[in-house]
Parts: sequence; C-alpha cells; structure tokens
Amino acid sequence: MTTAHRHAGPDPTHDLEARTQEHYEWLAAEADKNLDRLEAQDPVHDVTLDDVLKRRGLSRRDFLKMSAVMTATLGLPPMFDLRVARAQEVATRLPVIWQELQSCSGNSMALIRNANPGTDELLLDLISLEYAEILMAPSGQAAEDVLADAIERYDGQYIAVFEGSVPVAEDGGYLTIGPTGETGVHKVEHISKHAAAVIAAGTCSAYGGIPAARPNPTTAMGVADFLGQRGIGTPVVNLPACPVSSTNVVGTILEYAMFGRLPSLDAYGRPLWAYQDRIHDKCERRGHFDAGEFVEGWTDIEGLKAGLCLFKVGCKGPMAYNNCGVVRYNEGASWPIMAGHGCIGCSEPGFWDTLTPFEVPLAGRVYATPFGTDADADTIGTVALGAAAAGVAIHAGATAVKAATESRSDAKKEQ
Amino acid sequence: MAAKHVIDPITRIEGHLRIEIEVDETNNVVEEAASSSTAFRGFENIMRGRDPKDVGMFAQRICGVCTFHHYERGVEATEDAFGVTLPPNARMLRNLIWAAQAINDHTTHFYQLHAMDWFDVVSALDADPVAATEIAHQFHRTPYNASESHYTQVAERLLAFVQSGQLGPFAGGYWGHPKYRLSPEENLIIASHYLDNLAVQRMSAKASAIFGGKNPHPQSLIVGGMTSARDALDAHRIAEYQFLIQKSADFVERAYLPDLELIARRYRTEALAGEGGGLRNYMSFGAMSLDERPWAQRAHFLPAGLVLDRDLSTVHDVDPMKIAEEVAHAWYDYEGGETALHPLDGQTNPNYEGLNEDGTLKTEGGYSWIKSPRYDGQPVEVGPLARLIVAYAAGDEKVQTAMDGFTDTIGVPFDFWYSTVGRTVARGLETKIIADYVPELVTNLTQNVANGDDRFFNRYEPKDGPGWAMGEAPRGSLSHWLTVENGSVANYQAVVPSTWNASPKDGREQRGAYEAALVTQPMSDPERPLEVVRTIHSFDPCLACAVHVLNRDGEEIARFEVEV
Ligand code: SF4
Repeated sequence: MTTAHRHAGPDPTHDLEARTQEHYEWLAAEADKNLDRLEAQDPVHDVTLDDVLKRRGLSRRDFLKMSAVMTATLGLPPMFDLRVARAQEVATRLPVIWQELQSCSGNSMALIRNANPGTDELLLDLISLEYAEILMAPSGQAAEDVLADAIERYDGQYIAVFEGSVPVAEDGGYLTIGPTGETGVHKVEHISKHAAAVIAAGTCSAYGGIPAARPNPTTAMGVADFLGQRGIGTPVVNLPACPVSSTNVVGTILEYAMFGRLPSLDAYGRPLWAYQDRIHDKCERRGHFDAGEFVEGWTDIEGLKAGLCLFKVGCKGPMAYNNCGVVRYNEGASWPIMAGHGCIGCSEPGFWDTLTPFEVPLAGRVYATPFGTDADADTIGTVALGAAAAGVAIHAGATAVKAATESRSDAKKEQ
Repeated sequence: MAAKHVIDPITRIEGHLRIEIEVDETNNVVEEAASSSTAFRGFENIMRGRDPKDVGMFAQRICGVCTFHHYERGVEATEDAFGVTLPPNARMLRNLIWAAQAINDHTTHFYQLHAMDWFDVVSALDADPVAATEIAHQFHRTPYNASESHYTQVAERLLAFVQSGQLGPFAGGYWGHPKYRLSPEENLIIASHYLDNLAVQRMSAKASAIFGGKNPHPQSLIVGGMTSARDALDAHRIAEYQFLIQKSADFVERAYLPDLELIARRYRTEALAGEGGGLRNYMSFGAMSLDERPWAQRAHFLPAGLVLDRDLSTVHDVDPMKIAEEVAHAWYDYEGGETALHPLDGQTNPNYEGLNEDGTLKTEGGYSWIKSPRYDGQPVEVGPLARLIVAYAAGDEKVQTAMDGFTDTIGVPFDFWYSTVGRTVARGLETKIIADYVPELVTNLTQNVANGDDRFFNRYEPKDGPGWAMGEAPRGSLSHWLTVENGSVANYQAVVPSTWNASPKDGREQRGAYEAALVTQPMSDPERPLEVVRTIHSFDPCLACAVHVLNRDGEEIARFEVEV
C-alpha cells in the first residue's frame, strides 16, 4: 500500500510546483491506462469520429481545438488535450441510458439545443444513446424492450442518466411508465442497480427540484437521496441547474471515459471542475459589484444599459455554484446575468424555497440549506456570503468583499 | 368483438402519456380510446403562498419545451392582477422571443419528434442518390442540402447504423409498416433533413436566448417588463438574432415546406378520408399580442376566436368565463362534490385511484392526471391547426392565402385540413407565416428605439385580487389564473394546450381531442400501431405519456414486438 502510494501520488517532500506536476503526471498515466483498456473493448457501434467530423464539415484540427477548450473547461492542463480527444473517440464504448422521471424535458432539450464548445454534439453521435424517450423511434412495449435489452446487454457497463425527480408518495403512483404501469420508483431502482454510474441531470434529479418545493405534494426527491435510502451503492454525480448545462453533462461523461471513474465532487455531489466557483466569482459584472455600482431597481434603465451589478434586484450569484458565467448557454449566446436578470441560484439544493423571492436581495439573511449546517467549505462559504451580502446592501462595496473573504477563511481555520 | 391494446410509453413527446385503444377485431377499426397522463407534480399546490412576482419563474418549469410560454403567461397573470401594462419595447421583445421559440418548436417537433411517423429510415437505404436529387428538385427550385454526394453520405451513415446492429434512436421503430407510403428516395430526402435539423434547430433556440438569456428556461421577463434592455438596444445583438432567424427560415422554405408537400401528396388518401380529424370545434386565444388593451379587445398576430362544428361562416368570441375544468374521469376530487370549476375557483386535490391488476386504466372512474377543460361544456381542439382555422374563418389574409395556396397546389378541398395530415401541414405553414413576420417585428423595435423610447419596464403597485393571462403557445391555447391575497398567491391554475387536447372524458362522457381523433381510425396492424402514434404526435403532445392497447372484454394485453 505504501509503495503503491509513493508511486501513485506526488512525493510530499517536494515543493508545491513539483508536487502539482507529479500529480498531473500520475493522473495522465491513470487516464492512459483507462483509455487503453477502453480501446481494447469492442465499440458499441461503428460510427467513427472521422465519419462524424466529415458530416459536420470539421477538420481534425478543429476537433483538437475543441478538445483543448473542453480540457480547459475540465480544469486540466494542456497536457490532457490529446487525452480528451482520445476520450471522445473511445466514448463509443460507453452505452448511455437516459430516463425521464418527474421532469419537464428541459434537460433533454438543453442537450439537443446546446453546442458549446461543440463537443457535445459529437458526443451525442459518438456515445451510444441506447434509450432516450425524447428521441427514440419506438413507443409502447417496443420501447420497453429496447430498454430491457440494453440493461441486459450492458449490465454493469452503462451510464444511467436521470432527468426529473423521484416521486415516492402513493407507492410511486404519481409516475407510472410502461404497459404494466411500472412506477418511476421501480424504474430508478432497476436502471441504477445495473449501471456503472449514475448522472443526475438537472436540479430535479439532483435534489428534487421544483416538484420537491414546499409543500412537496408528491414527496419528490433527488436520485442520490433515493438510492441512498434504498441502499443502492452505484456512484452518483449530481449535475444541478435548471436546465442542466450540456457542457457539464458532456464533461462528466468525458471524464468518466478518461479516468474510468466519476470526477471529484463537492459536498452536494457536484463535480468540482464545474461547481467549485460561485457565479459571483466569475461574473462579468463583478467589477461593478466591487465598485459598489448597482442596478438600483427595474426603473434604473441606465444601470441596466451600463451592465451594472444585479445584486440589489435579487441576484443570487454570491450564493450559487456553477460555471454558467464561463460556459454560458446556447453556443455562448447569453446567460441570465448577461440578459440583465439576476441569477436565481438554480444549481443549489432547495433554492425554490431558500432563495426566493427572486427579485429581493438576500442581504442580512443567512443562507439556510436543506442540508443544515454541514461543516464543509462550501457551506461555510455561502454562510459567510450572507454576511457579505448584508455589507453590500449598505454600499460597503469592495470592503465587504474583503471582509467576506476573511470571514470565509476564518471560518475555515476554525474547522 | 373488440381487442384492447396498451401503448406505453409514447415516446418523442414531452412528458409521460399513455393511450389505450379498443379495436374491432372484424375490421381493425378503433372503437374506443383512452388518453392518460401518467405523471403528477402538483405545480398548482407548489405555487401557493409564493410571491406573485415569482410565479412566472415557477410556471415555466411546467414544461421544458413550451418553457417561454408558461413563463410569459405566469408573468402576465401577475401583471393582470397588479393592473400593469407593458411599454412597447417590452412587448416587442417578448414577441421576438415568441417567434423564435415557435420556429424552434415547430421545426424540432416535425423533424425530431414526428417525421419518423411518416418516413421509413430502413427503406431509405435502398435509395438512389441521383434519383433523390431529382425528386428534391421537383419540390423546390433550390432544395436544402440536395446533391448526389450529400445523399450518398447520408445513406452511408444510415447504413453504418444498420450494419453495426446499433440503430441508436432508430432501434425498434415500425420500419416496413404498410402505412409508410414514401419511396426509398423520398424517405432518404426526409431522413437527410432529420439530420440537418439537429443542427438547424439550434439556431432558432440561440436566437431566442439572445433576448431571453438562455433556452430552455429563459430568464429576462419580469412583472412589468423585460430585463434584456442592453441586448435590445445593441445593433449587433439584433443583427445576430435576425441572421439566426433567416438561416432557420431558409431551412423552413427549402426543406420543411417541400417535405410537407411531399407528405401531403403521398398521404392524401388518409387526409381526405378524414383520418385523425377528431373534434369539430377549434379554439385560439390569439398568438402574439400587438397592443396592451384588455385581452378581449386586444389585436393579435393570429386572432383569438372559436369555430364550432367546422362552420367557417361564424367566428365566436371566446369568453374567458365560459372555461371550466371537469374531473369526472381525472385523478382529482373537488370539494363539495362539484364536477366542473372555473379556473379562478379551481382546486387541485389529487385522488389517485390506481390501475387495474393488469396495469390497465380503470376507465369507469378516474384514469388520468390531467383534468378535462371544456369551453361552455364543449370539448375543443387547440394548436396550430385550430389557430389557422380560426384565422381563416376570421378572414385573415395571410392565413387564407397560405392554406388555399397549399390545397390548390395539391388539388384537394378544404376538408383536407381536418385530418392528421392536415394538422401536420398546418404547423409548417404557420412556421413560415411567423418567420415571414419577423423582419417587421425587428423593424418595429428598432424604429421605436430610434424614436427615443428606451422604456422596458413600467412601474406598478402590488395589489390583491384575481389575475389571468390567455394566449397561444406553439401547441395551443394556454391560460394561467391566479388569485393574490395578502400579497401572496392564494390559488393558481394553469390550463395548458395538452390538457385541452389530451383530456380524459368529461362528466357527459365527451371525449377530448386525442381520444376523438383516434376513434374510427382504421389500423392495418393493431400490433404495430403506427397510425395511433402518428395521430397523437400530430398534436405535438406536451406531457409524458404512454399508449396502451387493451381488450374491452378483459382479454390479455397485446405486447408489441417490433422488428427492425
Ligand atoms: S451579485 Fe450577481 S450580478 Fe453582481 S457581481 Fe455577483 S453574480 Fe454578478
């Protein structure tokens, strides 16, 4: 164990830079091992990357450029560019089953509409989407047969993606699917048990989302909580947001292809590469926040035109973790804060209850989560921000941010 | 003797839907049909106690496809309660998003969700690419992406799918079904556009995101106005919007409309037999408000109105107070034993009664998670066909020209429209009508701004009281109703297009639009219910459902074995 550890990870006696370099080298070796392993497997289908590129009118060069963008999105150094490219090629070894539960299909729609940085479309072609209600040809028993067949054929190998929450009340009667009226509850259990990994796409699937908002009429819950209750141990990654960012879905699948395991997660089960920063940290209006320049209300057309900070009209960017400001939506066309509307915090558990009313700033309110006061860095960060928010509301501007940062690190030290 | 068949899930729709039909075994004609929504989330109950300014944001999550429309209706219902109207710029911006969203919805629906009901992917493999190019030119002077090399490439790609044994989304379809009527070349043309549209549909979604912040689930509407003023005042953003819509419109012109003409010609027998026609009443609440007068006096781009019994000589006014939702066959209870309630007095008390032992619906009692909205006690059809029929009867020139032009080209009488085929074609004509209007919408906005109007928001004082909003989503008439008490939402009801169309029977046993459209449908093979799925898809269902085929005499449920 100790020998393995010494070879596997960075040497603790080296300085930070060297340790980082060693860490990435170790990670790259892990990726190569896994990619070799996948490459040795038969592809699930025969469409090759070259076919796809040709059809899209893209060159190899374009493809490598896109891979580089995805590498950066994943927070990996350039030495991973070629590995990300390779991961996309071997993604044909990863069957995917996409099942809708208590959903609005918004996440499916996001996936087919979004193309930023362009790799997701390739991935849609390259992965083998075995079952997806929104796109598949057959209905009825024929559709159910496709699902059963995929579960059996790829037992233990496929990635299950769920969209929508699980309604557990009424013995699952609030959602039935299939000729025999199988409940959503049973579907999730069955599909998850046989999956290699589970992706909960969108806030409903991750944390229950809107069906679970007060008073939660159907006792809806997120997939990870549900599987936990039922003692099903398949690893789950949460990709909240309403709808999910397709870049985050694609990135997670690529990371899985590269390393053969799910990415590092935060306390709410979200990949760190996508959710480690607050919206506020990467916001295009942040300069105005720091300078104390705010849109003062919806009649403040000059403020809106100038793109000032939206905190006072309710922006929850300081309380929300996601990469929207970096990746944006619809091929980079926009994102809510760019469109002049504050962030509503849609990737946070329970935001429908805890971050409403949407047009009112959270100043002075401590941000309570359904997870209580978990002593993890993220929660501490958000609670500290509650204090920062109060400061900002009285025009403290940059000072408040500094105070918040200090109180955040103080809180960390106390841990 | 009738055999009962169950089809569940119905795929390529939004949400969970189940359909059960009983088929006369002597002639294979559908005798009875039950449409059931099999999912419940309880939005109305979640809405209670909220800030009325937030309801739009909640409401848009009712549907990730009609996402903007629920958002707009929710915001408007609060605007109505507060008595605030919009400044012109805000109205124009909402209409620009509406137009982009409608173009996106219709093209995505036809190609990604419906086209496979009309074209046979497997047959396309036998196509001659040169002949396909010639045929494409018969339907348009410069057809979209039509060349020998392109069609060869598409055929090769389809072949690769089939040879790998992994058909992906095509696996398990009703390929080879006798009701597929296109030649291999014609199948290849539509298959090619199916793939093209995967890329093209992103453009209209992107256009809507320019002023909406994102798509789905936009975020720029607020009670009293719009937040995306900066984008709306930026010439580059407007040009980008226009460019994306132009590209989409080009696809509509050179691919979508020619494909519809092809389908109309090949499936004219079914259309003229009235297959899938269903109800005889058509309703529209008006698409795209053009001014801020109270709803009843407001002008719309496509007018509000009601055509009863297919009588085009009279367009009745829609009276919002004549709408009621019934629960005789829905899994809900009304307090006090009422069976029909106006949405402002509406209740949402779930009362799940379960399924029969064999998983079939208990059609004597409740059998669906949606209520049965009725207008003055009558079932009506809503959606693109209904909108065009109302507009046609109301004398709307652009609609009359489009509809008459189409039927003249095909050489069929007006009755052509009262069918599954007619409904599908109507959606395409409407897409073009909307796309043609976009330049005017853009000019209105830029001129108004150039004249010095930079208002995107009107002030208001929150008020208690009722509020409602009526209008059209791409899939049909959509209304949201709320009551504000002590500053928060006391009651909320959304009456959505698919509840009008997909509703179970009402207290007088009258069928909704889906059920009515299925009854009398001849089926060539009840084990492979292509005709049923095609008709249901022609409505563009907006719920997660399933179709079941059952035996009325309690015989075993038929399971569909579908070969590739
Ligand atoms: S408060 Fe919102 S708008 Fe202002 S800088 Fe932070 S995230 Fe951006």
